Amino acid sequence: MTFDINAPILFVLAGIIIAAVLAQSIYFLVKAWRRAAAIGMDMAKLRRIARTAAVFTIAPAVAIVISVIALAKDLGVPLPWLRLSVVGSMSYETIAATNAESAMGLVFGQVTSLTASQYVTIVSVMTLSIMVGIWLVPLIGKKLQTGLISLENRDKKWSDIFSSAMFIGMISAFLGYVFCDFSTVFTGDLSGLIPPLVMLVSALVMCLCGIAVKKIQKPWISDYALPISLVVGMASAIPITALLH
Amino acid sequence: MKKNLSYMDSVHRDGWIWNLSMMVLLFLFPIAIMVLYHALPDWHGFLMGLIATAPMYWAVAVVETFTYVPMLGAGGSYLSFVTGNISNLKLPVALNALEQADVKVNSEEGELVSTIAIAVSSIVTTLIILLGVLLIVPLTPILNAPVLEPAFAQILPALFGGLGVVFISKNWKISVAPIVLMLVLFIAVPALNASTVGIMVPVGVLFTLAVSRILYKKGIL
Repeated sequence: MTFDINAPILFVLAGIIIAAVLAQSIYFLVKAWRRAAAIGMDMAKLRRIARTAAVFTIAPAVAIVISVIALAKDLGVPLPWLRLSVVGSMSYETIAATNAESAMGLVFGQVTSLTASQYVTIVSVMTLSIMVGIWLVPLIGKKLQTGLISLENRDKKWSDIFSSAMFIGMISAFLGYVFCDFSTVFTGDLSGLIPPLVMLVSALVMCLCGIAVKKIQKPWISDYALPISLVVGMASAIPITALLH
Repeated sequence: MKKNLSYMDSVHRDGWIWNLSMMVLLFLFPIAIMVLYHALPDWHGFLMGLIATAPMYWAVAVVETFTYVPMLGAGGSYLSFVTGNISNLKLPVALNALEQADVKVNSEEGELVSTIAIAVSSIVTTLIILLGVLLIVPLTPILNAPVLEPAFAQILPALFGGLGVVFISKNWKISVAPIVLMLVLFIAVPALNASTVGIMVPVGVLFTLAVSRILYKKGIL
């Protein structure tokens, strides 16, 4: 059989694995939903939360589609489709593919065709490199959760602060990342201001949504405040980039 | 006799089965290609590629597991570590859902809310990517249009601007120190950028926990 990076059989193989992952998501959704109903949670509220999660996901998911298109130039469509639907992310997959290709004397972004052996090499490097999270969570997830529950039982106030502190620590790292090119401003290159300004627009939109909820008493604004601030922030990047580049 | 499992125990049991099954399935992809095309990997390229890639990924994965599992809850973690895109999608979705429901992730309600939000997000992501793959020919020129490029390049600042306002305004006392630290580090150290932000997440988390503990012990929180 002649190898082709877009061979129908590769689509079938990738499709089977993606279908299994979809089944896992549906299984956990149904399980959590039934449990929520059983313990008397507000199901209308949960439906709103699910809707918000779905709407919020659209813009980042479109960005993932763009990553699939970018990687497809070198690797064909099935492999990026698989890797970005399951386990991976754009940066991880690009680095893994670049390293595997350069180890075989190829240059990422300039590959016109791959042999089956080269393709298998790239897939194997990508697969082995990223598998740790999948088996480590089953191995230590329960112990970590048990530790948190015992913390909750010992000191509820500290347990609440503990979980807020974790979120703030994560957010602070990403806020710092937004400023990683800021120092270019000191050399006269204003492009380092683009990410902070986009972040500022998004933050302002979130504040406006908060004010709107209080002033006009429309709870749906609160539900969709994050997707709205995300999309307006992304849209603002277009004029801001045009102005500062 | 059938043992009565608690909900959380059953989540861990199911997560264990699902994740290890997924791991086997993912390994079957290259194995199936090897069998179908009678092709073996280029062993030199494989080893060199693995040496260049795996140590960093494995270290990051260990750190991410310890950092993200307490934030995602049990069900959310099993799903997120299979479906990927954690920091740019699954974690913000979970955070927003917990905020919307006004529950903590370490409560049962928080566990359920986080799992539902992440599951919905995973399903929507999978379907959108599927749609993108089916329509790849007409979509490519639209999504690659130069005019849209800046918007998709700034997805993280747009995401964390909105999310930051919500969480920092509610926890400003514990937010000041880590934000100042991260700003100084990211502005002053050129090596800190998009590819190293994952490493800085546990640094930020540990630092914030230490600051919070001090403030808590002093009665400020």
